[in-house]
Amino acid sequence: MIWDEKHESMPRTGLRELQTERLKAIARKVYDNVPFYKSKFDALGVKPEDINTIDDIAKLPFTTKDDMRDVFPYGLLACDLKDIVEIHTSSGTTGKPVVDAYTQGDIDLWGEVMARTLSMGGVTADDIVQNAYGYGLFTGGLGAHYGIRRIGATCIPISGGNTKRQLDMMRDFGSTALTCTPSYSLYLAEAGKEEGIDFSKLPLRVGFFGAEPWSESMRADIQAKLHIKAYDIFGLTEIIGPGVAAECECQDLLHVFEDHFYPEIINPDTGKPLPDGEKGELVFTTLTKEGTPVIRYRTRDITYLTREPCPCGRTAVRMHRILGRTDDMLIIRGVNIFPSQIEQVLIKMEGVEPHYQLLVERKGNLDCLEVLVEMTEDLFSDELKRLEQKEREIEDKLRDSLLVHSKVKLVEPKSIPRSEGKAKRIIDKRSI
Amino acid sequence: MTVQQISVFLENKAGRLAAAASVLKNNAVNIRALTIAESSNYGVLRMIVSDPDKTMAVLKDAGFTVKQNPMIAVEIDDREGLLFDIVSLCDAEGINIEYTYSYVETASKKAILFLRFEDTDAAVQMFTRRGYKLLSPDEVCKI
Repeated sequence: MIWDEKHESMPRTGLRELQTERLKAIARKVYDNVPFYKSKFDALGVKPEDINTIDDIAKLPFTTKDDMRDVFPYGLLACDLKDIVEIHTSSGTTGKPVVDAYTQGDIDLWGEVMARTLSMGGVTADDIVQNAYGYGLFTGGLGAHYGIRRIGATCIPISGGNTKRQLDMMRDFGSTALTCTPSYSLYLAEAGKEEGIDFSKLPLRVGFFGAEPWSESMRADIQAKLHIKAYDIFGLTEIIGPGVAAECECQDLLHVFEDHFYPEIINPDTGKPLPDGEKGELVFTTLTKEGTPVIRYRTRDITYLTREPCPCGRTAVRMHRILGRTDDMLIIRGVNIFPSQIEQVLIKMEGVEPHYQLLVERKGNLDCLEVLVEMTEDLFSDELKRLEQKEREIEDKLRDSLLVHSKVKLVEPKSIPRSEGKAKRIIDKRSI
Repeated sequence: MTVQQISVFLENKAGRLAAAASVLKNNAVNIRALTIAESSNYGVLRMIVSDPDKTMAVLKDAGFTVKQNPMIAVEIDDREGLLFDIVSLCDAEGINIEYTYSYVETASKKAILFLRFEDTDAAVQMFTRRGYKLLSPDEVCKI
């Protein structure tokens, strides 16, 4: 079911005209209202009036995550602070968090794009949606909430965790749709099985999963175990949260809601736009956001776009699920992790050398992070209990910093390969 | 009186113990007693050797993480109940044993218990006071 037929199935020429008008307006808005963008435009010698078609977007400056941090907390604001009705941020584990400040218009927009997302999986006002994304600063919970409310479905705002209660609610209230991370959906499936729940007998029929990378084999697993159709959804705090792109009933590629969030693929080294079908870095411009509009945000995610017609009838460009990163960021159980964070923790610990390697595996349904740390003379002891204490100590420190549990394993010195230039820090065994 | 124990960190990977043993062999290190403590990921090879300083040096050179620490070597007539006598003595005096391993001399019918204590000095005093024979590094070399 198409939520907004007019915009989602708009002929592409009309869509381009709409995007052109919106890009002109947003370029003018940020130039006039956001000093950060005025100086960026000026540095490139570009003016809002240089935008004549949507393709002129390539003339505009990029925005990076570092830029966003530099202007923390309110530097991207394009309206009066009094018009901001809600603020969300990223977890900020790697530095200052990224801020998304929403006007009422932005919240309405969020509800719209999430209504489109849920409609793709057939959610209507008759549905009962169990929203197991975390509520709070994290954009997942409330973003999904606004979409559920916009559709007029019944929302169960249970938030994340508390598995027993999730299963009870699902059974007692007859939830028909589920929103959470893909790994948590499998965790629910396993826990339910242990409790003797037969999911084929429950009304649950559809799930919307995002916030972490997953694979086709994982989809097959989720669909078989929960007896539902599982859809991939995509979003990021820097743009709006969930509701940037989503899979339609074809369950193939993700339609980008490009009338609001204009995607480009660029060569990450040169910054030049790449044609459809070619893999490169995904870049987004928010065409309609009022509170914190963003011009050409470099996501560092790697994917490609296609404008081939989709059997569902939607005309919106489609993106492949994220294929990788241009940096070394890892996503573990929905949390973004950079190896540099681990290095920071190790450097600060006495007797520990920052020679480490990260091993990521999916055990059962959960991402497991193992941190191999090289033994040093200072760490070493003839007593196993002291070695184990050290491992626990490093684990605790890492957990405080990463917000995710990891398992530390001490290995022999020089056993982690040194390579010239960038060390091979990460071994990701997840098949995504 | 204490003797030095050498500990070597070994990952639980095929060939690691052999690699350490080959270094010892190539440098003619004489092992008097040894034990391996293991966890699921790694092991610690603990040895009493003829020349601890040299052993340390050659293992370090070969890239191993090595440590020395004092142990007490108690020599007693080999008989039943020996372990109990020693352990209950330590218990009675409130001295904690971290771990122990042993060596039995068939010719002289003597047993040597190597003991690792939290408080080695207190243990030395206790054994001396009770008239136990503690071996010196030289004596250990000769066994």
